[in-house]
Amino acid sequence: MELKSKDLLDIKSLDREEINLFLDSAESFKEVTGRDIKKVPTLRGKTVVNLFFEPSTRTRTSFEIAAKRLSADVINFSISGSSMSKGESLLDTARNIEAMSSDFIIIRHSASGAPHMLAQCLKSSVINAGDGSHEHPTQALLDLVTIKERKGGIEGLKVAIIGDIAHSRVARSNIYGLTKLGAEVRVAGPPALIPAEIESTGVSVFYNLKEALSDVDVIMVLRLQLERQGKNYFPTTREYARLYCLTAERIRDAKEDVMIMHPGPINRGIEISPEVADGLSSVILEQVTNGIAVRMGVLYLLGGRGEA
Amino acid sequence: MKKILIKSGRIIDPVNNLDKVSDLLIEGGKVARIDSNISIASDTEVIDATGQFVVPGLIDMHTHLREPGYEYKETISTGTMAAAAGGFTTVCCMPNTRPVNDSQAITEFILHKAATEGFVNVLPIGAITKGSKGEEIAEMAELREAGCIALSDDGRPVMNGAVMRRALEYAKMLHLPVISHCEDTHLSEEGVMNEGLISTEMGLRGIPNVSEDVMVARDIALSELTGGQLHIAHVSTRGAVELIRRAKERGISVTAETCPHYLVLTDEAVTGYNTNTKMNPPLRALSDVEAVREGLQDGTIDIIATDHAPHAQEEKEKEFDNAPFGITGLETALSIALQLVDEGVLTLRDVIMKMSARPAMILGIDKGSLHITSVADITIISPHTAWVVDPVHLKSKGKNTPFSGWKLKGKVSATIVGGKVVHP
Amino acid sequence: MSEKVIIDSLGIGRALSRIAHEIIERNKGTEGLVLIGIRTCGIHLAKRIAEKIREIEKCEVPVGVLDITLYRDDILTKKGHPAVRKTEIPFNLSGKVVVLVDDVLYTGRTIRAAMDEVMDFGRPDMIQLAVLIDRGHRELPIRADYVGKSVPTSKSAMIKVLLSEEGLEDRVILKEEQ
Ligand SMILES: [Zn+2]
Repeated sequence: MELKSKDLLDIKSLDREEINLFLDSAESFKEVTGRDIKKVPTLRGKTVVNLFFEPSTRTRTSFEIAAKRLSADVINFSISGSSMSKGESLLDTARNIEAMSSDFIIIRHSASGAPHMLAQCLKSSVINAGDGSHEHPTQALLDLVTIKERKGGIEGLKVAIIGDIAHSRVARSNIYGLTKLGAEVRVAGPPALIPAEIESTGVSVFYNLKEALSDVDVIMVLRLQLERQGKNYFPTTREYARLYCLTAERIRDAKEDVMIMHPGPINRGIEISPEVADGLSSVILEQVTNGIAVRMGVLYLLGGRGEA
Repeated sequence: MKKILIKSGRIIDPVNNLDKVSDLLIEGGKVARIDSNISIASDTEVIDATGQFVVPGLIDMHTHLREPGYEYKETISTGTMAAAAGGFTTVCCMPNTRPVNDSQAITEFILHKAATEGFVNVLPIGAITKGSKGEEIAEMAELREAGCIALSDDGRPVMNGAVMRRALEYAKMLHLPVISHCEDTHLSEEGVMNEGLISTEMGLRGIPNVSEDVMVARDIALSELTGGQLHIAHVSTRGAVELIRRAKERGISVTAETCPHYLVLTDEAVTGYNTNTKMNPPLRALSDVEAVREGLQDGTIDIIATDHAPHAQEEKEKEFDNAPFGITGLETALSIALQLVDEGVLTLRDVIMKMSARPAMILGIDKGSLHITSVADITIISPHTAWVVDPVHLKSKGKNTPFSGWKLKGKVSATIVGGKVVHP
Repeated sequence: MSEKVIIDSLGIGRALSRIAHEIIERNKGTEGLVLIGIRTCGIHLAKRIAEKIREIEKCEVPVGVLDITLYRDDILTKKGHPAVRKTEIPFNLSGKVVVLVDDVLYTGRTIRAAMDEVMDFGRPDMIQLAVLIDRGHRELPIRADYVGKSVPTSKSAMIKVLLSEEGLEDRVILKEEQ
């Protein structure tokens, strides 16, 4: 089995087999991360460039560790929005970087589609580490690995995704990944944060949290971007919490062994109550390990489309 | 001036109800004779138009020539060269230049440039409000006297209803049509493409149909109130089509245009983040395309305009969010209209009507027909010539076309302006 | 393509018994001995040898599993990646005698990768190599300590080791271009 693309830009364009290939590799790489010597020589001599236009220490570090454990060289570029706007364009920046003979470019950007633009113009494998409100494929893959480990599989699970679906790349990638693997996905949030025609992606829409949580196996709570306040998506964070904050009380509507996830960092008391948040720490640590394993697998599999 | 004899072409002139194979003689820059077998005099240039269409020169009511101010995108010279290549003998240029065309000086500058460097007729459109800021109406009488044939704040819609009301009233007195780019910018917010499944999937901010519909409704109501002549620019939604249809039924003085891209592309074309599919209004859903086509068929939509909006390559080579709106259109419009004839959506007569005769009527200019003594603005079309759109070969400076690689049929073989061949 | 069986089921059994005896002989017993099979056939062979040693010596020899994919030297030049599977060495290698077990010894590159990987798991006192078939054509200075059968082959020939653990009848096949 071989991947269709040299890049990992989104989950939407992957088929079920490709997603499973990523998940299976992650499992194998998890074994590597458990060794005393966690480094394997696979990508020796290869260069991985982290090109981050938005700050994200967690994702960047995870990719960096993954690349280093595969013996690749890693170069980090963190470019703030302001220096970008006066200076060279994204494409110029990327071409200059590729001229340093990079093999992988991992990009995080606030504009949806920025990784696609690079992928079309560059020979390097481009990995999307989150673009605007579009997708965050490696986050979804690691969520899928974590759910699979806990629940034994994805098929047939009921998963509720709660919060700002409209602006969430994590939500989109997870919706594609979960539905492709046969889960039943529900989204819930205030109307303005549910994007147009989302039902057509195969999810069901709920505005009432109680109904959304009824009988679910997994609850994925999204981080509420506080700068969304004052745009009339919802009146206030206080009112948002009244309707959508995940509390111990509300979880009772879900299955008894419900698994709760949050891509972090958490706004305690807004999207999730402190008591529920405290119970989350074990999954969050698991996510860190899985994140590295997933990203090792992604680098390994994309690297395998070698130029020969 | 040399005489030109166009031999054996199929002459199509909807205004004069003419559609026959005949010869056409141009003398002194005017249409002198239409007859079969006009004999060839020694001082006459002969164009063999056998198997070709000979039609009144096309008129584009919605062109952005970019000069003055944005010469790196397009100039009056390159823009009118593109127009000639696309079969247009007259273009109306929008005032969103730098500075905005809200004064006699700018209008005269444009006309002077067009006279000295242009290839086709250029008719300037003046701004509705000073600086197109939407606050105070421009000196419209002066603009008219300088040569403006209509008013528009295209690209920067007049959000204040009271301002639009005063503009329509005042323009009515001056017999100038007001061309409205209908968009409620609060509703379109920071949208970059049509709001729908595709924008949701792509994570791009959507522009809902209603941002267009509510402004079409408002402007129709204001036109009804004032009696001002309203022309709705680039109709893209099914809602707008329906509103205009009902307004026309009620006898309101409203006309409308759409553009080739709203007839053959949907928002699915945006998939892949090609910034050459980013324009305002955005490419809509299939049901909108169908409604716009229907509107065109039943006459609700009067004309096809290009909204030719060239940009420099480095401006479009940006993230989708950050790329400017607009595509080039002068050189592909006719072929796409002819494709609609092939598809049975329009008749050939409709196309000539909507791209030449009707625009002339809306603007109140003596163009768009081939009656004897009319100025010889003529387009000759080779209807079966197939070609592939290659941006590199466009005459326009703007290579930003969504039709790159499209196989089209029908090419302009000659464009004649005032009795002079300006293309090829 | 001609195809012939060069070792049958009985032959495989005899070869593995002999290798088991030689391993015990050479190492003077089973003290500190571990077997590590290289995916996929090497694992089955390692388990069979361990079983034979148990019959002879009445003691268990630990068996590990090595997936050398990540240590291969052609991984970035070949198109398409073999799936990575787990390495399972649930015991300490330091101070041990590691016997690597594989089905066919050919260029030696797999064994090079295997040795590198084993070294990353600890510091064994010694690494030895057991193979069912040695077909020649070495590209690295590597030789086997225990060989089931040496089979001279042409480079274009293919050797297939079929084993009952994979649902097939035990045998070794040589395929040759005519
Ligand atoms: Zn406009």
